[in-house]
Amino acid sequence: MISNPRIVRALQAAASTLVIAGLWQVGSLFFPHYLFPPVPDIVTRTLGILFSWPLLAEVLVTALRIFAGLLGAFVLGCAMAVAIGRSARIESYVTPVLVFLQGIPALSWVVIAIIWFHGIEFRIFFIMVLTTLPAFTFQILDAFRSMSKDLFEMTMSFRPRRWTLFRVLIVPTIVPGILTAWKVNLGNAARVVVVAELVGATGGVGYELLRQQQLFDMAGAIAWTLQLVLFVLVVQQSITAIESWALRYRAVSERAM
Amino acid sequence: MPEPVIRFRDVNKVFRRPNGDLVAVERLSFEVAPGEIVAVLGKTGCGKSTMFNLVAGLIEPTSGEVAVSGHDPFRDFEFFRGKVGIVFQGDRLMPWRTALGNVLLGLEILDAAPERAQAVARGWLARLGLAGHENDYPHALSGGMRQRVSIARAFAVEPELLLCDEPFSSLDEMTARDLRAEFVRLVRQNGKTAIFITHQISEAMEIGDRVLVFHRPARIAFEARMDRARGDGARQQIQDKILEVLALDAPA
Repeated sequence: MISNPRIVRALQAAASTLVIAGLWQVGSLFFPHYLFPPVPDIVTRTLGILFSWPLLAEVLVTALRIFAGLLGAFVLGCAMAVAIGRSARIESYVTPVLVFLQGIPALSWVVIAIIWFHGIEFRIFFIMVLTTLPAFTFQILDAFRSMSKDLFEMTMSFRPRRWTLFRVLIVPTIVPGILTAWKVNLGNAARVVVVAELVGATGGVGYELLRQQQLFDMAGAIAWTLQLVLFVLVVQQSITAIESWALRYRAVSERAM
Repeated sequence: MPEPVIRFRDVNKVFRRPNGDLVAVERLSFEVAPGEIVAVLGKTGCGKSTMFNLVAGLIEPTSGEVAVSGHDPFRDFEFFRGKVGIVFQGDRLMPWRTALGNVLLGLEILDAAPERAQAVARGWLARLGLAGHENDYPHALSGGMRQRVSIARAFAVEPELLLCDEPFSSLDEMTARDLRAEFVRLVRQNGKTAIFITHQISEAMEIGDRVLVFHRPARIAFEARMDRARGDGARQQIQDKILEVLALDAPA
């Protein structure tokens, strides 16, 4: 009997993945391979991308675009959250704009970016920032506003300088919110970047998906999709590991909900 | 006469609210001498904590003068760095810091040398019976232990003035009694001036050199010198008078 909860969770995840793969394989026996390619074909194509430097480079390009877009939105979102947090007047002007931006579909930004800009990288950066900026701003602002008044007053009783207050109270308070924002926005960004690359790029996972569609190659389409899924999973796990370390002070109940 | 550490002169504090202003402090005047422990007693909602926040410089008076060591605690922000230690009603520990980290907080803010700060913080934890718990996070400590950490945090910066807002009210009687005795010993031993807010008559009489009884909105309804009350009879008289004065205050 395995008692390590991490190993148990990993085995459970592997079991459900195997069930889906099994069902797919069964499907491939009854449907044409261009609709349901056999699982071994998909695995071969997936590993082929991973072990071929030119193909892997396409995945890394997409990964870099995701990181660049998220970083840009994060920095801008932090600045906007601080500005909104410090001034009710700024909040009353900026919040409606962010709410408006939230309502614009990613595909609309793709069209706008293609019309406005020539450079591919700037187009994608622009799309990524605009689609993830509102969520980053609101999540960081919420984290800032959830700061305990009691802890704020206690810290202020020592009369800290502004930077010290930021370091000893504000940063630890907003870290959980920032990590959650990154996790949430990472998934969104992965979806948006594919759309942006599909329409407006000549490289990356989105562009490769477009090529597979033109070739009617389902195994290739799934293999490229899996690259992105794997990338998101690896980064999510990394953020979770950072989260576990950063929030190690939190009490954990032995009883599950 | 030595210069008072705390001076309130005709202080008023009004909180503006949409459904009508709330007068929390009304023409409050009193002084606290160096080395004196003043216990402030009153019913819930009588404005004790507002007075406390005025002394701590967390809020500004609507009118009148609040002076601590001759300075305005709300405006002279820099002057009070390291001069005031506060023990709050709740422990107000930072959950992401260990017991040691919490005691180090004030020292870090005051830019104390790290080695000295560590030694001071560890020393205070040991004095309060928490040696061996330095690396425990607050959630792993009992209520009494957490409040000890908060006392250590207040004392570690060696403040001239200690402010305590019902610091033991959430603890069981035995723990509260022990901590009370420890607190008084530390205040006396270190020659601190202290304001101790409480709603327990016995606690006020045990701790204070002087007891101020507040009526709502915060104003002094009765004042007694405990350091001059000799014998059980005198103390009983004071207790009876405090009870009588408190009974006259309208409920909150």
